[in-house]
Amino acid sequence: MNVGKLIERLLQLIPVLLGVSVIVFVMMLVTPGDPVEIMLGDQHVTEEQEQALRHDMGLDLPPHERFFKFLSNAMTGDFGLSYYHRQPVTEVIASRLPATIELSLAALIFALLVSIPLGVLAAVRKNSILDRISTVTSLFGVSMPGFWFGILLILFFAVNLRWLPVSGRAGFSSEVEPITHLLLIDSLLRGRVDAFWDALKHIILPAITLGLPMASILMRVTRASMLDVLNCDYITFAEAKGLRKSQILIKHALRNALIPTVTVAALQTGSLLGGNMVVETVFGWPGLGRLVVESIFVRNYPLIQAAVLFYAVTYVMLNFLADILYTVLNPKVRL
Amino acid sequence: MGHNVLEITDLRTCFDTRDGLVTAVEGVTLSLARQESLGVVGESGSGKSVTFASVMGLIKAPGFITGGSIRFNGRELVGLDADEYRQLRGKEIAMTMQDALTALNPAYTVSDQIIEALMAHDETLSGPRRARRRQAREKALEMMRLVGIPAAETRLDDYPHQFSGGMRQRIMIAIALACKPTLLIADEPTTALDVTIQAQVLDLIAEIRERLGMSVVLITHDLGVVAEHCDRVAVMYAGQVVECGPTAEVIANPLHPYTQGLIASIPRMSDLRRRIKPILGTVPSLIDLPTQCRFMDRCDRARSRCRSLIEMRDMDGGRQVRCAMAEADDG
Ligand SMILES: Nc1ncnc2c1ncn2[C@@H]1O[C@H](COP(=O)(O)OP(=O)(O)O)[C@@H](O)[C@H]1O
Ligand SMILES: [Mg+2]
Repeated sequence: MNVGKLIERLLQLIPVLLGVSVIVFVMMLVTPGDPVEIMLGDQHVTEEQEQALRHDMGLDLPPHERFFKFLSNAMTGDFGLSYYHRQPVTEVIASRLPATIELSLAALIFALLVSIPLGVLAAVRKNSILDRISTVTSLFGVSMPGFWFGILLILFFAVNLRWLPVSGRAGFSSEVEPITHLLLIDSLLRGRVDAFWDALKHIILPAITLGLPMASILMRVTRASMLDVLNCDYITFAEAKGLRKSQILIKHALRNALIPTVTVAALQTGSLLGGNMVVETVFGWPGLGRLVVESIFVRNYPLIQAAVLFYAVTYVMLNFLADILYTVLNPKVRL
Repeated sequence: MGHNVLEITDLRTCFDTRDGLVTAVEGVTLSLARQESLGVVGESGSGKSVTFASVMGLIKAPGFITGGSIRFNGRELVGLDADEYRQLRGKEIAMTMQDALTALNPAYTVSDQIIEALMAHDETLSGPRRARRRQAREKALEMMRLVGIPAAETRLDDYPHQFSGGMRQRIMIAIALACKPTLLIADEPTTALDVTIQAQVLDLIAEIRERLGMSVVLITHDLGVVAEHCDRVAVMYAGQVVECGPTAEVIANPLHPYTQGLIASIPRMSDLRRRIKPILGTVPSLIDLPTQCRFMDRCDRARSRCRSLIEMRDMDGGRQVRCAMAEADDG
């Protein structure tokens, strides 16, 4: 909650990042495939030209030297150039990040909006038809592979019904001058309702696909914690005070039941990062996840390294956020 | 009989559990006069809490009131509409619970929890919501002073876990009394507390009872507490009232073998060498009980006539007892 804890967390990041760097580096080393060959493809070049390219990309050095060069550069914030974009990987990542953030937020909001009311309802009407249906549905939600569910949604809503677009983030006509780089927000800020609708239509299916497993987990968490809370003495005492049913359910029960939900939501947001790779690829979403997948195919080492480090930092920070939220929501641990 | 605040007649409350139908309360008949205090004693599981949860209308599935009547100031409560019940709870009949730590919501300050009780019922609050809240906060402070929270004005915005056990019990009493109920049901208000604090809390309840002119039901498993604080006592055993009468007489001359056992098992300061006599045996399961005396298996005076339906019988001096052998004793 305080500055000391934040600093502690940041210090904890150092070994995490170092470890992640080593692992990613070794994995790239042992994975077959040579970025230079992939880049050259079928082009006919001389041995010298190929060597020049290899030198240019820093791949002529022995592995350990390459790693230490990467490390020392990374300390200064230099993660190298993307092989393909010929610009710093940090810039490439930054340009793709807003799309991913927007999609993740949309998925998070979808998950919360669906899971909390359903979880509460399932707990209040325990063992009812609704409870059973939502139990089965949430089981589907966590166990369905994202790419398969995404393709199903595309086939049904985009191809068959033609209600929603098949892929992409927005049409050309919907471009608005960026403010926050989040299309849904920028289009509203610029008063472009048409662009907003377009962006909304594009984001619905990927957000649902990405958010469904999380919604399922959060629903189960909310239901379980709500059931726990409803059995607490303070609920009986609130009833004994003659409070209104809605007040008991929302103020006394839900407020406490949400503590685990919110904490798990913050933790699960980290796992959205992994889900993003699949969902962005299926829906042609121009975000970081798809960029990483593409980069893996072409062995774009600097970009992969930087992106994975970025994921690690985000993950640790989300864990920290979960801790903070837990403390804020729980007066007992707030000191 | 019109002057009775509470009249419970032949109450029967069951729980439909996986193991079978648990008859937690059967044939309980009790009454409580205005400004009277009634002690309800019995070992745990004897149905004390369930009896008064029935009065509060707080029995929830799988529990049901399956028979009898509960009249509060002449008004029938069994089958009362949920909304009317809500308006009664906390306003006319208030309850405190055994464990104050779990009965207070950890997420809200104590003042908030007193204020919401006031906001729910207190008609003397007036004006728009904000103004009513401010008045309620004033009253909450008043209540916290009344129950003896030291430096109450600095503790309004503290959370329950910041108070000691005795103080939490007082806060709960403050909440229960916030709307000046005519009947307070205190469910084991002192069980979780140590002895000196116990006395303070009980004296507090006695003092406020006098000041507000309430009737009090004091649930406890400590006969000593009853002896000191209650006009009348009802002894419960296995879901039934087995003996009921003025406290002094019941303690001086218990008629039911179970009450006698209870009294014999109290350690006495005056006679520390006397051996405490525990009641041997265990309470019967409350599922599928045969129609016979429920204490029979543990009673050394059991006869074959105890094997029939035993009803509550009126005795001299406003006393009642549920024992087939009692008359012989008395006569
Ligand atoms: N929610 C419940 N479900 C099933 N049985 C219950 C429930 N509440 C109480 N009982 C039964 O009622 C009996 C009496 O309980 P209670 O009134 O709480 O006893 P006490 O005299 O200790 O307050 C218990 O022995 C238990 O078997
Ligand atoms: Mg009890």
